[in-house]
Amino acid sequence: MSELLALSGLTKRFGGLTAVNAISFSLERGEVVGLLGPNGSGKTTVLNMISGFLPPTGGRIALNGEAISGLGPNRIARKGVARTFQLVRALPSLTVGENVVTALAFGRRTLWGKAAHEAAQAHLAAVGLAGRADQPAGALTYIDQKRMELARALAAEPELLLLDEWLAGLNPAELRTGIDLILSLKERGITVLLVEHVMDAIRALCGRAIVMNAGRKIADGPTAETLRDPEVVRAYLGDGHA
Amino acid sequence: MTARTLIGLLVAGLVLAALAALPFFAGPYAVTLMIGMTGYVVLATAWGLFSGPTRYVSLATVAFFGIGAYTVGVLSETLPYPLVLLVAALIGLAVALVVGLSTLRLAGVYFVIFTFGLAELIRQLVTWYEVNVTGTLGRYIFLPVTPEGIYWQLLALAAATFLFSWGIGRTRWGLALKVIGDDEVVASHCGIDITRLKLALFAVSAVIITLVGAIQAPRWTYIEPSIVFNPTISFLTLIMALLGGADRLWGPLLGAIPLFLLFEWLSANFPNHYPIILGLVFIAIVFLLPKGVLAAVESRLRKGGAR
Repeated sequence: MSELLALSGLTKRFGGLTAVNAISFSLERGEVVGLLGPNGSGKTTVLNMISGFLPPTGGRIALNGEAISGLGPNRIARKGVARTFQLVRALPSLTVGENVVTALAFGRRTLWGKAAHEAAQAHLAAVGLAGRADQPAGALTYIDQKRMELARALAAEPELLLLDEWLAGLNPAELRTGIDLILSLKERGITVLLVEHVMDAIRALCGRAIVMNAGRKIADGPTAETLRDPEVVRAYLGDGHA
Repeated sequence: MTARTLIGLLVAGLVLAALAALPFFAGPYAVTLMIGMTGYVVLATAWGLFSGPTRYVSLATVAFFGIGAYTVGVLSETLPYPLVLLVAALIGLAVALVVGLSTLRLAGVYFVIFTFGLAELIRQLVTWYEVNVTGTLGRYIFLPVTPEGIYWQLLALAAATFLFSWGIGRTRWGLALKVIGDDEVVASHCGIDITRLKLALFAVSAVIITLVGAIQAPRWTYIEPSIVFNPTISFLTLIMALLGGADRLWGPLLGAIPLFLLFEWLSANFPNHYPIILGLVFIAIVFLLPKGVLAAVESRLRKGGAR
C-alpha cells in the first residue's frame, strides 16, 4: 500500500488556545481510520484543516506527496478530498439531485447536463435515495439529508473521504444501514478518515484508530488495542479507571 | 422543454420589437419616460445579477453609473461615440476588478458601508480633479444622439442583460450561484471558486451599470458630479430590486416599473415632499415585503394550493 495522506507537525492556534498541537500521522491508500477523542480534543479542527476550511497555523499536510496545506477548500476538493459536516449541510433551496450535481459539475470530471443528471441518480441510488432526485433537499428527513450529503461527497469521486460524525444521531436500524454504507466505500477502495463517537461503529469499521486529547495525539494503532490503552481510557473516563 | 424555451424567446422577441416601435406611435414625453424607466430596469436587473445570488448589498451603483456618464462627458469630443462607450465599459471593468478584489472578502454591513463610501470617494475625487486641474466643475455634452437613439440603446442593453442573466442560469455557473446563495462553505468544498465567481459577477454587473450611465449622459447636456454621482440613484436601484425580488430573473423588472412610475408621479406632484415620501416608501417595502413581491405572491399561492 502507498501513502495517501501525511500530516506532519500540524498545529492550529485560535488566539491563545492551541486546538491542535503538532499532530503527525499518515493514512495508507484504502484504509478506513477512526479519529477519536473526547469533545473539544481537536478532531474536527484536524478535518477542517485537511479539507482547507481552516488554514493551519503550522505544520504540513500532503496528499499523494504534494503539499495541500494553505490551499483553499475548492482547490483541495479538486485534488480529491471530499467531506461531510458535523451538522449536516444540505443546500435547502436546491433539489436532492442538484445537490449531487453540484459536486459533479465542479468536481474533478466536470460533468454537466444529461450525463451529470444520470450520474447523480446513480450516486443517490447507491446511498438509498433512488428516485428522490426531484424532491426539495430541505424537505428530507435527517437521515436522508445525511445520505444525500454522503452522495454529494461521493459524487466528487474522492480519493480521501472525511466523515465528521456522520453516524451521530441515527437510531439502531439506521446505524446498521450507515455502517454497511461505509463498508461499501471501503470495498470501492476509498480511503476514509472518520471522526466518530459511536464505538460499535468504530469497532466494525476501522482497522486502525487515532486518539486525540487536548489537541495532542495520544494513541495510534489497531482499534482494539488502542481502545484498551491506559492513556486513552484515562482521557475518556478519568484516572480512576485506567 | 426546448419548445417552451423557443416560445419564451419568441414572446420576449415580440415584446422587445413592440417596445422598440414605441417612439413611432407615442409622443416625446412617452420616450422620455421610457428612457428613465428602461434605465432603471437595467440598473435594478444588473444589481440583482450580483446581489441576488450573493446577497451582498451594494451601494456602489452610482459610482459606476457616474463613471460611465463622466467618461462620456470627458471623451465625447475627442473619440467617436461607439469608442467612448467602449472606453467607459473598460474603465467600469477596471474599477470593478480593483474594488472587487479588495472588498469581496468583506461580509455583510462592512461591504455595504464600503460601497457607499466608494461612491462618495469617486465623486469627491472627480470634483477635486475638475476644480484643481481642469478649473471647471461642470461639463457640457453635445452629442448628435436623439432621445429615440438613447432609448433604443438602453433597450438593447436591457435585452443583453436579461439574455445574460437567463443564459447563466442554464449553465453550471448558474447552479454554482444558487449554491453560494445557500451555503458558501458547501460551495467551496464542492470545488467552486467562490471568490472568482463573485468577482466575475460583480464585474459584469458593474460594466452594465457603467453603460447605463454612459448611454444616458447625452440626455443631460450638462453634467456635474452632484448630478451623476447622486446617491439616490443607488438607493432607488436597491429598493426597486428588493421590491421585485433580487434573486429572480424578472424580480427587479417588476419592482422597477411601478416604483419608477410612482416616483415620477410623486416628484411631479409633490416636489417639496418628495424625499420624505421616498423614505416612507423605502420603509414600507422593507417592512411589508422583505423578500419581494414575487416571493410573497408565490408563498400566497402555495398556501392557497394547500387549502
